[in-house]
This record gives sequence, C-alpha cells and structure tokens, in this order.
Amino acid sequence: MAEQNATANSAHSLTIEGNPVRKFLTATEIDTRLLGMVGALLLIWIGFHFLSGGLFITPRNLWNLSVQTASVAVMATGMVLVIVTRNIDLSVGAVLGTLAMLMGVMQAEILPPILGFGHPAIWVLTLAFGLFVGLLIGLLQGTIIAYLRVPAFIVTLGGFLIWRGTAWWITSGRTVAPLDSTFQLMGGGPMGSIGATASWIVAAFACAGVIIYLAYARRQRRRFSFPQRPMWAEGVLAAIGCGVTLAAVAVFNAYPWPVRIAANYAQAQGMEVPEGGLFISHGIAVPVLMAVMVGLIMTFIAMRTRFGRYVFAIGGNPEAAELAGINTRWVTVKVYMLMGALCAIAASISSARLNAATNAMGTLDELYVIAAAVIGGTSLSGGVGTVVGAMIGALVMQSLQSGMVLMGLDSPLQSIVVGIVLVFAVWLDTLYRNRAN
Amino acid sequence: MSQVAVKPLVELEDISIAFGGIKAVDRASIDLYPGEVVGLLGHNGAGKSTLIKILSGAYRRDAGEIRIDGQPATINNPRDAKAYGIETIYQTLAVADNVDAAANLFLGRELTTAIGTLDDVAMEAKAREVMGRLNPNFRRFKEPVKALSGGQRQSVAIARAILFNARILIMDEPTAALGPQETQQVADLIKQLKSEGIGIFLISHDIHDVFDLADRVCVMKNGQVVGTAKTSDVTKDEVLGMIIMGKCPPGAIPGPGAMRV
Ligand SMILES: Nc1ncnc2c1ncn2[C@@H]1O[C@H](COP(=O)(O)OP(=O)(O)O)[C@@H](O)[C@H]1O
Ligand SMILES: [Mg+2]
Repeated sequence: MAEQNATANSAHSLTIEGNPVRKFLTATEIDTRLLGMVGALLLIWIGFHFLSGGLFITPRNLWNLSVQTASVAVMATGMVLVIVTRNIDLSVGAVLGTLAMLMGVMQAEILPPILGFGHPAIWVLTLAFGLFVGLLIGLLQGTIIAYLRVPAFIVTLGGFLIWRGTAWWITSGRTVAPLDSTFQLMGGGPMGSIGATASWIVAAFACAGVIIYLAYARRQRRRFSFPQRPMWAEGVLAAIGCGVTLAAVAVFNAYPWPVRIAANYAQAQGMEVPEGGLFISHGIAVPVLMAVMVGLIMTFIAMRTRFGRYVFAIGGNPEAAELAGINTRWVTVKVYMLMGALCAIAASISSARLNAATNAMGTLDELYVIAAAVIGGTSLSGGVGTVVGAMIGALVMQSLQSGMVLMGLDSPLQSIVVGIVLVFAVWLDTLYRNRAN
Repeated sequence: MSQVAVKPLVELEDISIAFGGIKAVDRASIDLYPGEVVGLLGHNGAGKSTLIKILSGAYRRDAGEIRIDGQPATINNPRDAKAYGIETIYQTLAVADNVDAAANLFLGRELTTAIGTLDDVAMEAKAREVMGRLNPNFRRFKEPVKALSGGQRQSVAIARAILFNARILIMDEPTAALGPQETQQVADLIKQLKSEGIGIFLISHDIHDVFDLADRVCVMKNGQVVGTAKTSDVTKDEVLGMIIMGKCPPGAIPGPGAMRV
C-alpha cells in the first residue's frame, strides 16, 4: 500500500466526481494498474482451480506457491531498479549460481572444520560472505557499465557466461550437499516455517504497521494543510491492508505438516498423537518472510530515499539528472551492487530449499526475473516501475507454472504458454499506457 | 550604469571548446556584474548554449579561465557550479518527465527528515509556495511533469533555478515555449531578480526578447564573440548587424569574431 500512497495523485482528491467506481479509486488513491494486475492474478488462480479440478486454491498449493515465488521475487525487486535506470541485468541467474556454490562450499566444507559441525554461527557467516561477494560482483559489473561505458546488455551477457562458468569451476561441477541445518531453514519446509502462533503475531504487527503508516501519512499532510483522503477511504485502505495480511496468514496456517513428519515430531517431543492425527500448522515460510521483508525494504529505498529518487530521475531523463548535479554513474554502480546482494539472498533461498548447491542453480532465472519485473509494470524504456508490481509479477509467473504443473502439462508446453503470456501482458500494458497518456 | 567600481561577479576569459574538430566556442570572453542582465545573442548554432554550459558545469572547457568574484573557479561538473551559486535554466529544460514537480524542483538537493528519508510533504509545501509566486494557476503538484503543458514545465524549470538563492542565473531561451502572457511573467521575474542583485545571463536567438531587459548585450557568431555593448550605446539595428554580419558598431567593444574591415 505504501507504494501507491506515495505515487498516487492526491491533487485530484479535492475534486471527487464521476461514477462510484471512479469515485472510490480517486478517494483511496489506489493505482488502477496494480488493481488490474491483482485482478489478473485472481483470474489465473480461479481459472487453474477449475482446470485442475479444485487443486489450485488450496492451503497446500498456495503455501507452496509462496515458497516457490520467493527467490525470483527477491531478485525482481532489484531488477526493477536496474530497468528503471534504463539498464538490464542478464547475469542474475548465473550470479545466483556462483553465489549458491560459494556459500555451499563455505558452509559445508570451509567453516565446519574451523567452527565445528553445526555451529550456530555458520549460517550467518555464510550469508554475510554471500552478500559480500554479491556486492563485489555488482560493483565490478556496475563499474564497467557506468564508468567504462560498455552497454549493460553486453556486460551482463558476458557476466551470464562468466558466472555460470565460475559456478561450475568452483567445485569442478560437483554438487555440494547437505547444507548447514540452520541455513536450510531459509528454504522453507516444515522446519523452515514459523508456525501458527508466530504467524499470527507477525500478522498483528503487520496490521499495526499498516494503520500506523496511514495515520502518519495523514498527520504529515495535515501538518502542511494539504488535501486529505476522506476518512472512509482511509478505513477502506486499512481494511484492505489488514484483510489481505490476515487472509494470507489464515491460509498458511491452514496447511498442516505432513502426517509422518508430525508423528515423528510428536514422538521426539513425547507428545500424545490425538485421534485423527496431529495438526501442526506450517504458518509463514521463512523464505516468504524474507521476501516480504526484502520487498518492504526495497520499497522504502525506492520511494523514501534520495538514492531511490535519483534512480527514477535517471530513468526519466539521464541528462537532466546529470545536470541537476546527481552523480549518475555512482548511482548506477550502487544499483548493480544492490542487485548483487539480492542475488545472494535469492541464492540462499534456492539452495536452502534444495538442501544442496549445484552449478546449474538459477538457470533461466534471469528471464523469469526480467519477465516478472516487466509484467509487474516496469517499463523497459526506463523511469517507470514499482517493487510491489514486480513481486506480484513474480507471483503471476509462478502461478502460471504451478498451475500448468498441476494440470499435468508437459514442460515444453509450459514454456510456450509462459512466453505467450509475457508478450501478451506487455502488449496490454502498452495499450494501457497509451490510453493513460 | 555606474558599475565600473563594482567587482564583476563572473568573468569568462578566452574560453574554447571543440567537438570533434568543430570549434563550438572559440576564445570567448564575457563578464557579468551583480544586478546586471547580459543578453547573449546570436544565430542558432553560434555557440551560446555551449558557452554557458561550460559555466554551468555541463561541459568542460578545453581552454580559458572562469573567475567568480575575481577568484579563479574550479567548475568540473554541475555540482561545482551550483556550489558557486550558479543556477541554470537549460534550453532543453532538463526536467525528469516521470517524477512530479516537487521532485524536479529539489532534484539533487532533496529535503530530508531527521532520519534521512525524503521529506516529500515539506518539499511539496515549498514547491507550492514557489510555484504560487511564479504561476499562480499551477495545481498539478502530484502528477509526473510529463503531464504538464510546455509553459508549466517551463515554470518548473524556472522555479528550480530560483529556489536555492542563486547569485548567478543563466536562462537559455527561457521563453521559447511560452505564450505572450507567460513571457511577460518571465520578464517581470527577471526584473525582480535583477533588483535583488542577482546577475543574469539571458540567452536568445531573437533580439526582441532581450533588448529591453538587458543592460548589455554580447553577440556571438560561429563560436566567437563579435562584440559587447551597453544597450544604451547601440541601436537594435546595429545589434542585428552584429548578429547577421558580424559587423561591430562604434558603440560596441569588438571581440575576436568581429568582421575585419
Ligand atoms: N555535445 C555536442 N557535440 C557535438 N557538437 C555540439 C555539441 N553541442 C553543441 N555542438 C555544436 O556546437 C555548435 C554550437 O551549438 P550551440 O551552443 O547549441 O549553439 P546556440 O545555443 O548558439 O544555438 C553547433 O555547431 C553545434 O552543432
Ligand atoms: Mg542554444
């Protein structure tokens, strides 16, 4: 919600007119584009639900969907900034591969002999190392793009080959497994989920956050006696924000641990297994929590910091940004560094989920990440895009794939459908933008 | 004008710059005093924009010296120029189309809150104040600048230049996109800023835009200065002769570009 509040058009809130729908949209300042995307997502869900014979909109599938989306969603938040500055990054999948491999070796082969097997610091050190190398890779690629003026397409195309090769070369192609048991929690699964109680607590904090944010924004505008949203519109926004959060948590909590795992757990804890089996909720998966946190932080960076403002100004008019005194090259480098760090987070999620690091990890991810950003409304000509949009875009892509898997479609056919949807979505978006102008 | 005793605010001396062999500006010298309006005239392609872009830090000169308040100045980029109080309204306007008026006004110099985040409300408040003075009908504070008319975009560019207490203001064809009424507003603004002691370079290819506002005119042709004159010492026709033929009249101080006779 924060996203639209900051970008939407409040000059019009003085003159609320037109039909009820328009009135509603103007008063709440909800971005129609985002609304359209959420609508499309729901249509996809409902469509697959019927086509798969009622398998799609179930706690189990939605929970899995959320976990499968996390890695691409995390990278998509960074890709938005890359594309907004009129650049591209074709290397993210390969960088993910290299980082996953490096982190795999770090936690499975280098740290245990030093710290002892299963030492609680292993996962932190590993993640910190991954983030550091991710930043370095971003620094390198960004510097070549911004200061040596080699087109981003070429630099990251080169990176795509280099980092994929590096991923293989680190262990000569050998898969690294198993991973550190704490690190594995970042991949989800029964253990990598926070359970029912903690999930409700997170939901409560999130709801409080929504309400506090709305109240704060309102107070800020009153400070300068700017036009404000009508009170009922604030109420609707709060209800939507809290409603979506609570509904999501309810769904995640409705998905129980598999019977066997629950039984083992009960035995280990010395618990009685009640009649009809034990119901232990998954709750929010750790990778999903990470992706949501990343989304919030990236939205904050994009909307509330100077750096974010410069990213958009550069995308809108690079010359104007330069003339305004912005160090556009350094901003570009920082965007790539951020992208590298996000690749490290995505690499942790992907490898933890598999409980292994393989040299093929992240293959094709660059395409899914770019597609997610573009479906999410990021304009390839630069200057336009939102973090929320890209994350919903990632969810749309993953929904399509999961849905087709549930329907039992062959994987070549899946690729064909995803390709068609991508082109179609961007065509729709072009129509929308032309009309908006 | 009895400005002889006052120190010049800006002195550009023997400035040259070439783009791939073409001398866009060739040994140009020009100065500006506090509270003075200097009209920089010449045909399209004469080198006016290029010369002032060297002063504003957009281009780096190949040769020559810039002095501010009599001291040699180091201007390597737009930030350096702004640090000297030099503000520029570029011919191309140079606004970021995709962000709103307030974001453009404060671009590169955003107001921040105590914790370092953007203070959008404070910026919007200040934007409303400045724009209210410049263009009282302006209402579209939250829309991307793309949605604005040419005149409105122009007022955004002008507002940005006067927002930060400029000492030296460069206006490159500021009225090109404006109607008669808005042009008059800009003329009034120039008079007001001049009375506040700001030095202004007013650039145009059309003598009628500047002759009545300027204290002095400087004419360029093919990258060179034809001559500089107080507007009280020359007629419009004489200035026209400088622009078209490079002929320097007796009331003007000839420059390197003056026609040899
Ligand atoms: N960035 C540039 N690259 C190459 N040539 C340029 C550049 N900027 C200006 N020029 C050339 O310099 C000359 C002067 O241009 P300009 O300063 O824009 O003229 P004016 O503002 O007087 O109309 C022209 O011949 C123009 O083509
Ligand atoms: Mg020009």
